[in-house]
Amino acid sequence: MAMTIIEKILARASGAATVAPGDLAVVDVDLTVMIDLSFSGSSWREVLKVHDPDKVAVVFDHEVPAANRESAAMHARGREFVRRFGIGRFHDVGPDQGISHVVVAENAYCLPGTVMACSDSHTCSAGALNCVARGLGAPDLIYALTTGQTWFLVGETVRYDLAGRLGEGVSAKDLFLHIAQTCGDHANQNVEFGGPALAHLSIDARRTLTTMGAELSAEFATFEPDEVLLDYVRARNAAPFEPQYPDPDAAYLRRETIDLDLIEPMVALPDKVIRNAVPVGEAAGEPIQQAFIGSCANGTLDDLAEAARILAGRKVAPGVRLIVTPGSQRIFAAASRAGYVQTLLDAGAVVTPATCGACFGGHMGVLGPGETCITASTRNFRGRMGDPTARIFMASPATVAASAIAGRIAHPGRI
Amino acid sequence: MPSGRVWTFGDDINTDLMLPGPLLGASEEVQARAVFSANRPGWVDLVRPGDIIVAGRNFGTGSSRPAARSLRNLALGALVAESINGLFFRNAVSFGFLAIACPGVAAAFAEGQTAEISLADWTVRNRETGAVLQARPIPEQLLAMMTGGGVFPVLEARGLIAPAPPSAAPRHG
Repeated sequence: MAMTIIEKILARASGAATVAPGDLAVVDVDLTVMIDLSFSGSSWREVLKVHDPDKVAVVFDHEVPAANRESAAMHARGREFVRRFGIGRFHDVGPDQGISHVVVAENAYCLPGTVMACSDSHTCSAGALNCVARGLGAPDLIYALTTGQTWFLVGETVRYDLAGRLGEGVSAKDLFLHIAQTCGDHANQNVEFGGPALAHLSIDARRTLTTMGAELSAEFATFEPDEVLLDYVRARNAAPFEPQYPDPDAAYLRRETIDLDLIEPMVALPDKVIRNAVPVGEAAGEPIQQAFIGSCANGTLDDLAEAARILAGRKVAPGVRLIVTPGSQRIFAAASRAGYVQTLLDAGAVVTPATCGACFGGHMGVLGPGETCITASTRNFRGRMGDPTARIFMASPATVAASAIAGRIAHPGRI
Repeated sequence: MPSGRVWTFGDDINTDLMLPGPLLGASEEVQARAVFSANRPGWVDLVRPGDIIVAGRNFGTGSSRPAARSLRNLALGALVAESINGLFFRNAVSFGFLAIACPGVAAAFAEGQTAEISLADWTVRNRETGAVLQARPIPEQLLAMMTGGGVFPVLEARGLIAPAPPSAAPRHG
């Protein structure tokens, strides 16, 4: 039977010849990633046995360095766990610190064709590396950690064939907002990306798209492999792997071609992502107090480069706080070497250590009552970044940078 | 056969509305008191045990936070929605909260009416109008966990995690 990429990976991992939509697949998990919140007092249960410590990575990311006493206690519990079970791949506060999805990609911990689980919703990010990866709840994650297995309900797959090329100042985030606006949610469905435009889409751009798959409510979001991806993985992980391609006659729920030349900068209006975006021009002029660039979706080196390009020789408007949080300390260092960090600092941005930070209202950029923020991160939900009366607009790093300069929502091509 | 008074909600109800981020480290009691505090303040004071949420598409979109646990801790009888985010559904399985997808349900109920759910034939009936809808069946293994207290009892029984500390035991079901 012909299968999609995701069906092929689930079939291999469940030991079945094929899987099809509607099946309950019980699969072996190739990589289980725990984050600092995995060790929070309200989620954690004392684990007596780990199925295979070599298939586990621990990455502190939501509140690093520790934001308060509770997060410090959570980190201490995580370090004790790492010692007790001999977890080799551990990313604590330090030079290897970063958001788990970014760290997983930059080390190619998850190999093409494999299954990955982590207790954060944006785990689907690793689909850019041709993985089946998704967020689990905390009990689910402990189940995977202790048994080496988890379950997936196999959904139908929507295939997006990407053609053409994004214009200057237009990014994968705009493409995502276009999909969320025109196609709506993908609850209980998978998303598969491919097509000739991959030749012009960096791994960073692909990661933005797959990360935002969570905001489509997709079960999995994955990319067809190409030489760019295979080289990226081989440069980071020497282990052998088997990339998975879709069968030519695989059955899709829908198959759609998107011409990237037609995508324009978009902004999501406050409170929800699905069918709530407009071209930036329609929201332009809205005064802002905070602008944020960061998160697993938009803290990439590409994103910092784009922000620096827009901000070079310009200044953040008085009364606006521009906060930039790289996705990892490795990205921070690379951005520093490339001069982006200096450009951002000269423009008046505050550049923070790598963490989830303001994206989830954790620390370093929490919003106050009645404030308006434009963010290049993952979500614009009410109360997400702080006070529930704050309004959150969501856009690309270029649009956020342009808005920070203007002091109001602005089109990146018109400042 | 769970049945209960209906509260209606729209499309794309997200996890952050059910469990605000600043309360991620708070006690389960405090978390449950905050459900829908940003979009429907005071609702938790009106809810009675066994009440049922009827919602639109894409219920529970958002994060992995244990929002389903808070609904369970409010002693709600069930969630019935047009469609349910996969991660929210997983948490409903893991924490033992009945969550059912049922196309057509949003238009079939007005707030305050009574929903009757049959897990035998996967129907959802409006007691007032008599309308009967076909829900999407949940695979047997998942339903067993969902109605049997979730994942932790399974792992405890297999000796993979320690028994819950006494203070947390009742809350983890």
